[in-house]
Amino acid sequence: MDALEILFTASFWVAAIRIASPLIFATMGELICERAGVLNLGIEGIMTAGAFAGWFTVYSGGDLWAGLLVAALFGAMFGLLHATLTVPLGLSQHVVGIGITLLATSLTYFIYRLALPEVTSPPKIEPFQPLPIPVLSRIPVVGEALFTQTPLTYLAFMSVAAVAWILYRTPIGLAVRAAGENPSAVEAQGISVTGIRMGAVVVGSALMAVGGAFLTTSAFNSFFFQMINGRGWICIALVVFGSWRPGKALIGAVLFAAFDAYQVRLQQISGGLVPYQVFLMMPYALSILALILVARRAAYPKALMIPYQKGER
Amino acid sequence: MRLEPKPASSLAITLLFPLAAAGTTLVLTSILVLIAGASPLSVFYLVAKGAAGSQFAFLETLTRATPLIFTGLAIAVAFRAKLWNIGAEAQLYIGGVVTVALGTGALPLPSVVLIPVIMVAVMAAGALLLLGPAVLKTRFGVDEVVTTLLLNFIVLLFVSMLLEGMLKDPMGLGWPQSQKVIAEAQLPRLIQGKRLHCGFVIALASAVLIWVVMKKTVLGYEMRAVGFNPEGARFVGILVDRTLMKTALLSGGLAALAGFSEVSGLKGNLTLDLSPGYGYSGIVVAMLAMLNPLGVIASAIFVAGIFVGADAMSRAAKVPSYIADVMVATSLLTMVVAILLTRFRIRWR
Repeated sequence: MDALEILFTASFWVAAIRIASPLIFATMGELICERAGVLNLGIEGIMTAGAFAGWFTVYSGGDLWAGLLVAALFGAMFGLLHATLTVPLGLSQHVVGIGITLLATSLTYFIYRLALPEVTSPPKIEPFQPLPIPVLSRIPVVGEALFTQTPLTYLAFMSVAAVAWILYRTPIGLAVRAAGENPSAVEAQGISVTGIRMGAVVVGSALMAVGGAFLTTSAFNSFFFQMINGRGWICIALVVFGSWRPGKALIGAVLFAAFDAYQVRLQQISGGLVPYQVFLMMPYALSILALILVARRAAYPKALMIPYQKGER
Repeated sequence: MRLEPKPASSLAITLLFPLAAAGTTLVLTSILVLIAGASPLSVFYLVAKGAAGSQFAFLETLTRATPLIFTGLAIAVAFRAKLWNIGAEAQLYIGGVVTVALGTGALPLPSVVLIPVIMVAVMAAGALLLLGPAVLKTRFGVDEVVTTLLLNFIVLLFVSMLLEGMLKDPMGLGWPQSQKVIAEAQLPRLIQGKRLHCGFVIALASAVLIWVVMKKTVLGYEMRAVGFNPEGARFVGILVDRTLMKTALLSGGLAALAGFSEVSGLKGNLTLDLSPGYGYSGIVVAMLAMLNPLGVIASAIFVAGIFVGADAMSRAAKVPSYIADVMVATSLLTMVVAILLTRFRIRWR
């Protein structure tokens, strides 16, 4: 097959949308945290914990939706820990975030080994099945790509709409945005900056964990070590790329996933001329490139990474 | 709730809080041990015994501490200037690459010349690797946390490519591993027949040297000033960007030495499992040492001890050895809280 032809096949776009789905959840999660003024570097670990929690719930007999709920709860728990340390205590968001990633990852591996001591190949579960939307899924290419996915993918797209609506159309969204831009103005309105920020980190982290759980309950059917493999860090780059706007971040995630799906296919037709590692490097290199391209005009939330103390200034 | 700065704490307080952090970590991990169905006391006893219970165990701990001292120093130096270098893992691997590129016979020199040449080249490579993110940070405002993290993945894939290509050992039976470095490029063992090697001494010397740089030189003062308050530093005429570049060079070079010392002192060749995450554990080492270069020695030995001890314990008590990573991560978080409490008091009001 020709390198260009790939772009016009439905299977390519179906794969791209599937690859984008966990990134969309996690990117929305990170976006909420950063909009409120908190950089959450725990994302990689929280996604790992979510992937495991979702899979393990189903493996121990729970249903798939229960798995998602448990994953979200675990994410929220780690989010609460992150928020407690960084918001009222004002500790370095960089150090705490890395700490949460290390803790969530190692705790997950510990529990995995405890639950399945002797297992070498991880047991499988019955994952979410594709749910074609009647009529819409018959549209060639676009319909197939968007409407023959699993329910979780639809949920990922809906989460973007929900986040955008909440951020721009509700008082709570206004408070979240203001907490990331000008916290003293929020406090002047009689709203607690601490409360808003902590809430945003907890909710955002729950979304990240659902993104992780997508991998085990919708994309693959079991849990592997290192399965997040840098996806969390890429989501942080996607938030910057989307200049902290849900819609732009969604486009970024889909473009990125399309590129990822493309390099896999390119790898197959390149016939080993180029070392496969070069293809695997591309997503990470692309993230760095995207950061460079956007950084100059990036409109960071002005209070991002700046701890706030009531009554100061 | 408010945080109020405390007047300078006494030495007793400064030591008490870190100890309390260690205690909290022990209590929290005890819960996991109980869930695993073992007794915390016996597990911690086994960890301590496995880490320092015999000459063999203690030498093993020091061997494991060696790369951690290098990465810990690299991160302590960078974090002091608030340059968030999370890429020590990549810098370590680049150090390993340069060591085998020069040390497998390309330079037929006697040991006394070859080893310093390799060390200089290794440090230059590691320094250059961190210089990229540092330039992106100062010139374009790209956050270095994400760039250094992503570089870890890129570099590991690059190393994998080299080990299946240019650096592949033809006698390696198809395994992705490099040739062994020649005898002249090997760091001698400290004790005949034991694994502890001269890399440990170099690590100790580096820690002392970095301590002198941080405390007694203009560069050290500038780095601390930039980390404490970049605006203030700029106001008093410190070239902030240039200081960050120098910090990056120093930090990247130190982390790369970890890769050199592992290849040249211990493993002899480069494989993809050269580091079980020394770059990331270095963050914990640096934080536990409160970014003090001499403290890094103690905290690296402590962290190495947990890993070595947990391996031994895991075999005896059937508790997954991942408990070591949990302990290390928990102590990072309890330690940052402890450091906060030595500097501030919390007022509930």
